[in-house]
Amino acid sequence: MTILEFTAVVAIVSLVAGFLGSLTGLGGGVVLVPLLTIFFHVDIRYAIGASLVSVIATSSGAAAAYVKEGFSNIRIGMFLEIATTFGALLGAFLATWIPTSALAIIFGAVLLYSAFLSRKPRTEAQRNLPPDALATRLRLNGSFPDLEGQRNYNVQSVPTGFGLMFGAGALSGLLGIGSGAVKVLAMDQAMRIPFKVSTTTSNFMIGVTAAASAGVYLSRGYVDPGLAMPVMLGVLAGSLLGSRILVKAETKSLRLVFSVVILVLGLQMLYKGFWGKI
Amino acid sequence: MPAAEAPARAPLPPPKWNDHRIEVVLGNMLRIGVLLSAAIVLWGACIYLSRHAHEPADYRVFKGEPSDFRTIPGVVQSVIGGHGRGWIQLGLLFLIATPIARVAFSIVGFALERDRMYVAFTLIVLAILLYSLLGSGLGV
Repeated sequence: MTILEFTAVVAIVSLVAGFLGSLTGLGGGVVLVPLLTIFFHVDIRYAIGASLVSVIATSSGAAAAYVKEGFSNIRIGMFLEIATTFGALLGAFLATWIPTSALAIIFGAVLLYSAFLSRKPRTEAQRNLPPDALATRLRLNGSFPDLEGQRNYNVQSVPTGFGLMFGAGALSGLLGIGSGAVKVLAMDQAMRIPFKVSTTTSNFMIGVTAAASAGVYLSRGYVDPGLAMPVMLGVLAGSLLGSRILVKAETKSLRLVFSVVILVLGLQMLYKGFWGKI
Repeated sequence: MPAAEAPARAPLPPPKWNDHRIEVVLGNMLRIGVLLSAAIVLWGACIYLSRHAHEPADYRVFKGEPSDFRTIPGVVQSVIGGHGRGWIQLGLLFLIATPIARVAFSIVGFALERDRMYVAFTLIVLAILLYSLLGSGLGV
């Protein structure tokens, strides 16, 4: 493949990944790294570097569209970013010590776990929860526009959510992904934040988390301009498209798309990692 | 709360600084930053592709980037030399800076709201981000 062909194909694949990543709150990177390594035979370290950059583009590019809808919660985001940026720093430093086959296995495990968690059904009883003392003191509770007007929500299990976010940040720094999946799930499952609020708030946190490890990656030579260029431009275009559709899309079908894609890619990454094909 | 939520009611009082307004301003700032960095990357892409379009693409083996693309002074040198990949890397550096700028400006937003707790939280996040950038040898 010549550089021109490679650039064009990677740009198109990145556009689709950015679109999907934006719709699901994944951030695009989680599908891009497996796609680049499995189908384009890119070394996983280059893939991680390019993906990390695209994650920032996705997050920042979609932020303006998301905030206008009034879903995201700036306080939840900023408070949890303390955990994610600390984690990201740790993850980026760990990444140099870990062999690429192990990276692929961790990646696969994260994908499978995300797919599993996202398929767990939620009960309606979780909708009206009593205010939590710590969440109230941290002013994390909020409201968002729903079909019936503004809907209030009370954030739960702040320490658990904070701990999970540290883990999400570490995975982000280690694997070059936004860890949107882990973030959405931590906020969904542990903190009981409504899905659209957690998706959009996570989108805004992803860029800051990725920036915490991007400097480390760039200075280590993981970011190749020839690869990062089509990935970044493609993902950005795709995510801008996706953020226009989110508000209209059904949460249920979103989750199905989300889990099928990450399940398939997770199995692929595990296979590659265990058979040393990475 | 956005004014569009209540079209039938009397006009809302002039908006003060609140979470939503801060977010809208920061969101727009982020978008401008990203579009600017995308434009720089695109410019670099034009130079790069016009010179190297027909060479083979190979990312199978990890070699690590040369220092031209790994440090801020290296990237600046490469841009001065008119290299497409230098321009791309400059755009990417710009991109990394956008969320950091967003965090920095959030401090101003929370200060306008007189929310000391969140000013402190945001300062912690900014300190971690700056440490990661300066501690990684990017500036060398």
